[in-house]
Amino acid sequence: MRKTNLTTIILLLALLVAVVGCGKPSRNSNSAKSGVVQIKGSDTMVNLGQAWAEVYMKTHSGANVAVTGGGSGTGIAAMIQGTTDIAESSRPMKEEEKALAEKRGTNPVEHEVALDALSVIVNHSNPISKLTIDQLSNIFTGKITNWKQVGGLDEKIVLLSRDKNSGSHVFFLEHVVRRGNEKGPEEYAQSTLMMPSSEAIASQVATDKGTIGYVGLGYVDPKKHKALTIAKTAAGPFIKPSIDTAIDHTYPISRPLYWYTNGQPKGEIKSLLEFVMSTEGQNIVDKLGFAPIKKS
Amino acid sequence: MIHKGKANPAKKMRRLTEPLIEKFVTLNGAIAIIFVVLIMAFLLMDGLPTFRSVSAWKFLFGRDWYPLSEQFQTLSLILGSVVVTLGAVVIAVPIGIAAAIYLAEIAPLRVREILKPMVEVLAGIPSVVIGFIGMIVLSPWIKNVFDLPTGMTALTGSVMLAFMAMPTIISISEDAIIAVPRDYNAGSLALGATSWQSIIGVTVPAAKSGIIAAVMLGIGRAIGETMTVLMVTGNAAVIPHSFIQPVRTMTATIAAEMGEVAQGTPHYYSLFAIGLVLFAMTFLINLIADLALQGTRVRR
Repeated sequence: MRKTNLTTIILLLALLVAVVGCGKPSRNSNSAKSGVVQIKGSDTMVNLGQAWAEVYMKTHSGANVAVTGGGSGTGIAAMIQGTTDIAESSRPMKEEEKALAEKRGTNPVEHEVALDALSVIVNHSNPISKLTIDQLSNIFTGKITNWKQVGGLDEKIVLLSRDKNSGSHVFFLEHVVRRGNEKGPEEYAQSTLMMPSSEAIASQVATDKGTIGYVGLGYVDPKKHKALTIAKTAAGPFIKPSIDTAIDHTYPISRPLYWYTNGQPKGEIKSLLEFVMSTEGQNIVDKLGFAPIKKS
Repeated sequence: MIHKGKANPAKKMRRLTEPLIEKFVTLNGAIAIIFVVLIMAFLLMDGLPTFRSVSAWKFLFGRDWYPLSEQFQTLSLILGSVVVTLGAVVIAVPIGIAAAIYLAEIAPLRVREILKPMVEVLAGIPSVVIGFIGMIVLSPWIKNVFDLPTGMTALTGSVMLAFMAMPTIISISEDAIIAVPRDYNAGSLALGATSWQSIIGVTVPAAKSGIIAAVMLGIGRAIGETMTVLMVTGNAAVIPHSFIQPVRTMTATIAAEMGEVAQGTPHYYSLFAIGLVLFAMTFLINLIADLALQGTRVRR
């Protein structure tokens, strides 16, 4: 009896290994099946993607577009793995991601689809209304821990950031925390709260006095919180984040928002991208609080 | 041998089917073991390469978790998980066991009939919902009560996890208490002990092994919980000094970062290595539970 048990176990193991082994190659082939265009990625852009998809599906009968969030890195990873057709990203692809894509045989093509002014928001009770990049860096690295050090109230600063899967996290790290030196030594302070979504940051800033956080322009709601004006140096000028200042690049932390496709888009994806870049598509960008690429 | 002659075909059938059924059952038993072994193998396969870029000592006892800058040091994450789980245990175990005693020994039948399904409903609430309640209701309250800059703390996570661990603790300990033969209690009462003395002195000690198992399963639930802690603990990777400060747990780290990493990078491997640490910890908890159970069995 003992011998038969052993053989069954070995047989079963072999079977399982076979099943697991079979699982891998089939993963690459499930994109664009059954005519659904999959869009995945940046949480900053998920509402925008959804709005585009809705209008597009209304005007193109039979078209089917599904939009999910998860973070820029998530979207790019999914595109490389072939589980999404379009990756939304609020940052350009990293070198290592490009290398991985090449290894996997995917050919990511970059499309700028909108502009964003990454806005720094604080609670309404906070008298501070402007900061320099330098001050922001010192605040987010934990060198400045109290609002009175930048001329505010005697209140502890609570840092809110997106988690590491977010394009905003990376963009803010490189352009604010590290003052534009991408490989600089500065890091977010360990006490930084890593929030799972932009919405979570926005609502936390709305209720908690000492908080400071960053969100895409589309998430700024003047009724709930205050967006700071930002300057590169103390000499100024301090610029308010807005659609206009994002378009003319005067706002210091404005950034393009991207779509990535595997190869030059064809068929349904191409027509979707054409719609996004059309006046109608860029009007939707404007309506959701982001800045259009082409001012209509 | 009761039926003669006529029962022979049935007996023949049984001779054929019985070994088959036996094999089938053995197979099912073996599957559980195979899964554990396979999970272990995958974790080791994807976790061990971490130690090519960082020493095991630094990985476990370093303070800086900055994976984007290739700093893979997880002490703050391990302690984060420990603190949150410890808090949950301190809250959930006394309340859970007390509730189980009440349900099994004291509650009138009608109350029991209402309470028992309620506990089971509590067990079925999705962790996202628990996390949401923690975020909206508990976190502002904790912020005000302790006068903190933020309500996203280890304590917030502990309280919500306690809610999730409690149903497990209650139902399993209650079953254990009910399984104690009535005679024990009756004997104790006959010797002149009060009802309370019988429960605490006789029934509960007799159900000890089951209660310990319940507590361990509860701890297992708490340490492995992901969504709730991701939502309410603030996820700041600092070494915790108190219960009322933000922490980042191992589970939340894996959940938040796994979606982003490129496969085959040091960051990817390090997340699996965290999984390995988590696996080792739960294994240790189960081992302790097992040893405790054996201890009580020998003594009886």
